[in-house]
Amino acid sequence: MTGTNPTVAPSASTDDVATPVSSSAPGGLVKSVVELDRVVIRLAGDSGDGMQLTGNRFTSETASFGNDLKTLPNFPAEIRAPTGTLPGVSSFQLQFADHDVMTPGDAPDVLVAMNPAALKANLAELPGGGLLIVDADEFTPRNLAKVGYATNPLEDGSLEGWQTVSVPLTSMTLDALADSGLGKKEAERSKNMFTLGLLSWMYHRPTEGTIRFLERTFRRKPEIAAANIAAFRAGYNYGDTTEAFAVSYEIKPAPMKPGRYRNISGNQALALGLVAAGQRSGLPVFLGAYPITPASDILHELSRHKSFGVRTFQAEDEIAGIGAALGASFGGALGITTTSGPGVALKGETIGLAVMTELPLVIIDVQRGGPSTGLPTKTEQSDLLQAMFGRNGEAPVPVIAPRSPGDCFDAAVEAARIALAYRTPVMLLSDGYLANGAEPWAIPDADSLPDLKPAVDFATEPNGEDGEFLPYLRDPDTLARAWAIPGTAGMQHRIGGLEKADRTGNISYDPANHDFMTRTRQAKIDGIAASIPPTDVEDPDGDARVAVIGWGSTYGPIGAACRRIRTSGRKVAQIHLRHINPFPADLGEVLGRYDRVICPEMNLGQLALLLRAKYLVDVQSHTQVRGMPFRSAELAAVIQDAIDTGNPAAANGALQ
Amino acid sequence: MSTIDLGMPAGSSTPPGPIADAITASVESQGEKQTALKGKDLKTDQEVRWCPGCGDYVILNAVQSFLPSLGIAREDMVIVSGIGCSSRFPYYMNTYGMHSIHGRAPAIATGLAASRPDLSVWVVTGDGDALSIGGNHLIHALRRNVNMTILLFNNRIYGLTKGQYSPTSEIGKVTKSTPMGSLDHPFNPVSLALGADATFVGRAMDSDRKGLTEVLRQAAEHQGTSLVEIYQNCNIFNDGAFELLKDPATGPMWTIPLEHGKPLVFGPDGASCVVRDDFGGLRIAETNQVDASGIVVHDATREDPSYAFALSRLSSQDLRYTPMGVFRSVQKPSYDAMMAEQLHEAQLQGPGELDALLAGGDTWTVTA
Repeated sequence: MTGTNPTVAPSASTDDVATPVSSSAPGGLVKSVVELDRVVIRLAGDSGDGMQLTGNRFTSETASFGNDLKTLPNFPAEIRAPTGTLPGVSSFQLQFADHDVMTPGDAPDVLVAMNPAALKANLAELPGGGLLIVDADEFTPRNLAKVGYATNPLEDGSLEGWQTVSVPLTSMTLDALADSGLGKKEAERSKNMFTLGLLSWMYHRPTEGTIRFLERTFRRKPEIAAANIAAFRAGYNYGDTTEAFAVSYEIKPAPMKPGRYRNISGNQALALGLVAAGQRSGLPVFLGAYPITPASDILHELSRHKSFGVRTFQAEDEIAGIGAALGASFGGALGITTTSGPGVALKGETIGLAVMTELPLVIIDVQRGGPSTGLPTKTEQSDLLQAMFGRNGEAPVPVIAPRSPGDCFDAAVEAARIALAYRTPVMLLSDGYLANGAEPWAIPDADSLPDLKPAVDFATEPNGEDGEFLPYLRDPDTLARAWAIPGTAGMQHRIGGLEKADRTGNISYDPANHDFMTRTRQAKIDGIAASIPPTDVEDPDGDARVAVIGWGSTYGPIGAACRRIRTSGRKVAQIHLRHINPFPADLGEVLGRYDRVICPEMNLGQLALLLRAKYLVDVQSHTQVRGMPFRSAELAAVIQDAIDTGNPAAANGALQ
Repeated sequence: MSTIDLGMPAGSSTPPGPIADAITASVESQGEKQTALKGKDLKTDQEVRWCPGCGDYVILNAVQSFLPSLGIAREDMVIVSGIGCSSRFPYYMNTYGMHSIHGRAPAIATGLAASRPDLSVWVVTGDGDALSIGGNHLIHALRRNVNMTILLFNNRIYGLTKGQYSPTSEIGKVTKSTPMGSLDHPFNPVSLALGADATFVGRAMDSDRKGLTEVLRQAAEHQGTSLVEIYQNCNIFNDGAFELLKDPATGPMWTIPLEHGKPLVFGPDGASCVVRDDFGGLRIAETNQVDASGIVVHDATREDPSYAFALSRLSSQDLRYTPMGVFRSVQKPSYDAMMAEQLHEAQLQGPGELDALLAGGDTWTVTA
């Protein structure tokens, strides 16, 4: 099946609204160039094949070319599952386009399979007619047998429904590196760069960035750098000269707002947001954290920014991580802890202590599949109720969520603002999809970021009538208590987990005081609503009868689904929540405007439960917990059904 | 006036950059530090609510009368505690304090001490708090050598929950939760701390004001984590637990006083002594049966913790042959100082520029 001329048009199942392909084949060239408005590529291989690196490099090339993009890394929890097996398959999908895209795409237009396992694990998701590139060298009897192929799919005709290009990627890489001095095993490892070179040719990607990257990464191993660059160039040149690929593709840059851009992942953006929050508040940042997937990259990133006075402490466990952060907050730092769901479970008691002591603290939960150890490398939104209620006693905590990788930056700054201004722990719910996914990000001016200094306001003078310091005397507007830090003379005080007497903060077992303090702590969190913007509603015509409400990383898939609906001539409103506790003050009124409200979530209906409880609105829950983001086509079908039939029954998991 | 040296190793003169301005401003707002204190300056208006006769009162008094001698202003001292009878301690000290949650005081104090090297940070904990629910935090604080002083009140019982056996209770102890006797082998807190490579480990008796004060003084002056085990009588649930050592008739017989540079001779008329055994450990001998040169001369500064560990193993569960004093006191860089040094090093090229950080590596510009 080699030697075909792939003509790839975006399949109907991808997420954004397809526009007709404007093809052009410049005359005079042996090879033709086809213009596409967008492409979804999935790279799949063994977890040792370097697919994530390849994907990240292709992403960087694509970002610097000026396309809009979204990425979806997908890898197993095992560092190296047995080679060539289905559990060891790692993949990286990205969608890039000449217009803004909201998701990494429902299904790939192009699948690169580095071995039989990668083919078997991913082929079902490649729509018929899609382009399939495989490494022919890996389709050995032994590798085929490992994944249960009785015959070689490259030869038995079973791939006839796709445009299959079978390329001996491994042996061509070895040929290219024959003079590199590297052994066979080492040289073979560059096959991902050969593949990247081929794709870079196919999609007219700039190559300088990757060459610089390889030189930088392997600066201490120049022979490895040289081999990877040679393989990368060989792959590019192969595309240019081979007859196997007669066509290459052009995807024009997407129109974006003027400004300076970079590519950024959610975890990177969170880390930078936390550094920025420290700078904008004038407080030293202290991170206490224990390694956990998929949050560890925030610890790694922050540990590199000591020049900003950022202290990172890798604790002995999750509890010590948050404990140290709270201790640092007591001393006047911006205390932060980062974790995933299982870590939040362990931190619960300390979060309660932070609620009681009313100290600022930012808790970042990069959610993953649960319960228990669950699916460490897969995404889910199932910690919302844990964030809301996972503590003993009445222990309200503000909850916010970012909607995209770049938005993680703003969410981190907002979490710090609330924590400092209201002297409270704040829960920021990211997830695995946001954490590892990437997108172009408009780099903000540091001076344009919120000024958090007014929120700090350390107490330095006694505030009581008798010249004493009252640590639980509150700001009448925010209800934040006075925050005096150790080292400040005359302000010595003791705080702790026992119930506090109003104003003095002394231990109090008085029933009326406990009732008052419990209600006051709740009122303080509820009052945050006064400081947040009104509900974010996107309803271009302003008269939709059906609204879709979401939070967190479902923003992209829901947004893409809403575009589809609108393109079909129907009307739908998209409501997306940054603040989940407290909700925006107008949310109840906003929900009341619509005949139907649909709530897609990657859990079994946790936000829907909160909305129903608070607003008595008959929210229709649509849920999935497959460890992967929603497909926008599927969401569009649910929305369309609700609009057309008045029947919003979900395809699965609907709350009845 | 004591200087605030946030983010900097002791003795460094370069300011840590603008990050600590808010803290520095707050801390310096009051001008001169008042360091000439009296014991009463450290008392609070809170009613002390330990049971009458509790050993905690004695310890509180000893601490309040000894702390002024350190010359540290009240506002620069922070006492962090966990949960248990001993952990009420911060409420009675006119310093900054946090009465936190069960077992976690060393973790909280670590964050505070690491981010505020200008403070004198103390942890007050008990045998249940430090060795059971908080055992993990204790050993890691000790191995990291964060600059703090941990006072471990050991009464060998759970007092606040009304009398269950603790991780230091002796085997066979009959308590509310062990009607047929405890099956748990107890921890020896000093051995545990030395096993974690603690740089300072001492032991004192609540009723021995002089000995307690001396160990506390050395602990407070030590740079790094100090652990002081204080035998403390719970007169309600475990009364007389340390009577063997307190009773003037038996105490001298079973107590081995540790004095740096002095031979380990003890007991009435110095009848007993400590010598090396044949297996790299120590044993008790009768002084008149051994050569004087064979008697061990106490050296708390030995780098290798094996000697101090061997000392800690001399005592039995029933407290016979209990060494009291400073087991080990060695100098190692403290965690907070090393952390500050890394920050200092990172800032040698000037403090970080936020705009440069946000721009990161590869960027591209879209023009209108």
